Amino acid sequence: MWQQHLAILPILVPLLAALLQLLPWGDRPQPRRRAIGLLSSILTLILSIALLVQVNQDQMIVYALGNWSAPFGIVLMVDKLSALMMLITAILALPVLIYGCYAEDNLGSHFQALFQFQVMGIMGAFATGDIFNLFVFFEVLLISSYALLMHGGGKFRLRTTLHYVLLNLLGSALFLISVGTLYGVTGTLNMADLATQVQQLSGDQAALAKAGGMMLLIVFGIKAAILPLHFWLPQAYSTTTGVVAALFAIMTKVGVYAIVRVYTLIFGPEANELALIAHDWLWIMGLITMLAGAIGIIGARDLRLLVAYLVVISIGTLIATYSLNGVATTGAMLFYLIHSTFITGALFLLADLIAFERGKTASRIVSGKKMANHSAYSVMFLIAAIAIIGLPPLSGFVGKLMIMESASPTGASFWLWGAMLGATLIMLISVTRAGSKMLWHTLSGKANEQSAPLGKRAAVVMLLSLSVVMTLFASPIRNYTDDVAEQLYDIDQYPSRVLIKGVE
Amino acid sequence: METLYSVTVGILTACSVFLILRGRSFPVVVGITMLSYAVNLFLFSTGRLTIDGAPIYGTQETYADPLPQALVLTAIVIGFAMTAYSIILAVRARGEIGTDEVNQQDNSTEGNR
Repeated sequence: MWQQHLAILPILVPLLAALLQLLPWGDRPQPRRRAIGLLSSILTLILSIALLVQVNQDQMIVYALGNWSAPFGIVLMVDKLSALMMLITAILALPVLIYGCYAEDNLGSHFQALFQFQVMGIMGAFATGDIFNLFVFFEVLLISSYALLMHGGGKFRLRTTLHYVLLNLLGSALFLISVGTLYGVTGTLNMADLATQVQQLSGDQAALAKAGGMMLLIVFGIKAAILPLHFWLPQAYSTTTGVVAALFAIMTKVGVYAIVRVYTLIFGPEANELALIAHDWLWIMGLITMLAGAIGIIGARDLRLLVAYLVVISIGTLIATYSLNGVATTGAMLFYLIHSTFITGALFLLADLIAFERGKTASRIVSGKKMANHSAYSVMFLIAAIAIIGLPPLSGFVGKLMIMESASPTGASFWLWGAMLGATLIMLISVTRAGSKMLWHTLSGKANEQSAPLGKRAAVVMLLSLSVVMTLFASPIRNYTDDVAEQLYDIDQYPSRVLIKGVE
Repeated sequence: METLYSVTVGILTACSVFLILRGRSFPVVVGITMLSYAVNLFLFSTGRLTIDGAPIYGTQETYADPLPQALVLTAIVIGFAMTAYSIILAVRARGEIGTDEVNQQDNSTEGNR
């Protein structure tokens, strides 16, 4: 039964690749490290596809590490949601790495290895079925992200990295406290086992578990950048290099994933006294996050900052939609999540390209000289803008339509519609203003000479074309995300599959 | 014993929160280190406090829960590495920016000490 090992291979392959890349490779190590990195990313992508197919067939792969069975040992629990998130990570990582291989990795040491470690951490966070193991994988991805955020050096990066590190250290401490509280009350760390234990709590015990659960919300809120905890994001994403910011497009989604996992499986609708403890908060915070992001993009004077605030808006949309707590809304949310991951990744890379070719004016939203590949970037920006704003015909429109349509039976949809449409209008104004200022109002005179390599542009086109693919295959993808959501809300199957199957 | 233990954790946490809220990176780093001590102690107590209990089931009448001990060990290792990294960062920030204010401020203003 080699197929069951598929669950761990997307974690092991990047780990092995990173270790290989760390070896001294002679005088010119970079080409070899790049080759290993690209090979690993392609392999991870293939494995993730195979994993998705396998999980689709078996419903869930439970992988007992060291063959220690479920409530006692640590298990990887790859259900459809995990497999989907792992596939998104793999698909995003490949073009970003291709972009990074064009000399971006020479700006600092060990970019290639850190990139693979980062992918490994993200994959592990998606795959694990144990809440303490989730903490460990969070740390793996955070440690790499600390170093990647510093990639390229410089004063501003140093300061934002310091903020980011300190904030996340605080988050890690809170994570441990909440995990400890949950363990103290329930005596287990396995997510599926926690789900059954939490259902039986009452009185004081339930109050303690609630405290633990709500503290987890703060931790995941920092990762996902939900409103009062989002202030690190615009600064961090806009000062780091484009390639790192593009990879980080998946990082906030790790937070969203953790929220979805914990507040559906453990504190979900069937947790009796602790049912849906976080959803009211998520609802309000999601809506206000959208608003905060919208205010941010109006004020942004830099294209990168603008894109960073677009990330904040998309997080708000995802969180608010998830908090409606329905199979249909979660299915729609997952579709939007896929779309927003790829398109914000593409936008960060595009902003980096534009900044490079504009030369002195960089990514500031002011008129500057023409770029060497001006028309190509204009078209790319147009496509990216249409997709991210949510104008027809691209996937942003489809995704927003799905969210609105799935939310409409509930009374809360009034606010969601209002917030989403309002945010969309502001996005439309701000993004078109940025585009017209940077791409139309060019200074007369000769165009800039410096031209980015073709491969970098190809990487952006790859990410952008995913939006087109998502539009063309919207129906099958939506069917799949609905499947994912259905499985996610079928909470009873988790303990039976994880706890019994793990023993074999 | 439980009271003493929880008071200790509480005081450690309170001190660390006070330090973290300061405006300079050195106290913040010290505060975070202190918080990680508090967290480790707290984690240790989640398996309930037992005196003279081996973490092995069946050998003695009282036994300690081994899992929190393993968790604390993991947390210590990770916390140690993170503290080292943040100290390096803080020192470099002090060197390159010329001030250890956590937030951007003009060098002319004295800032929030």
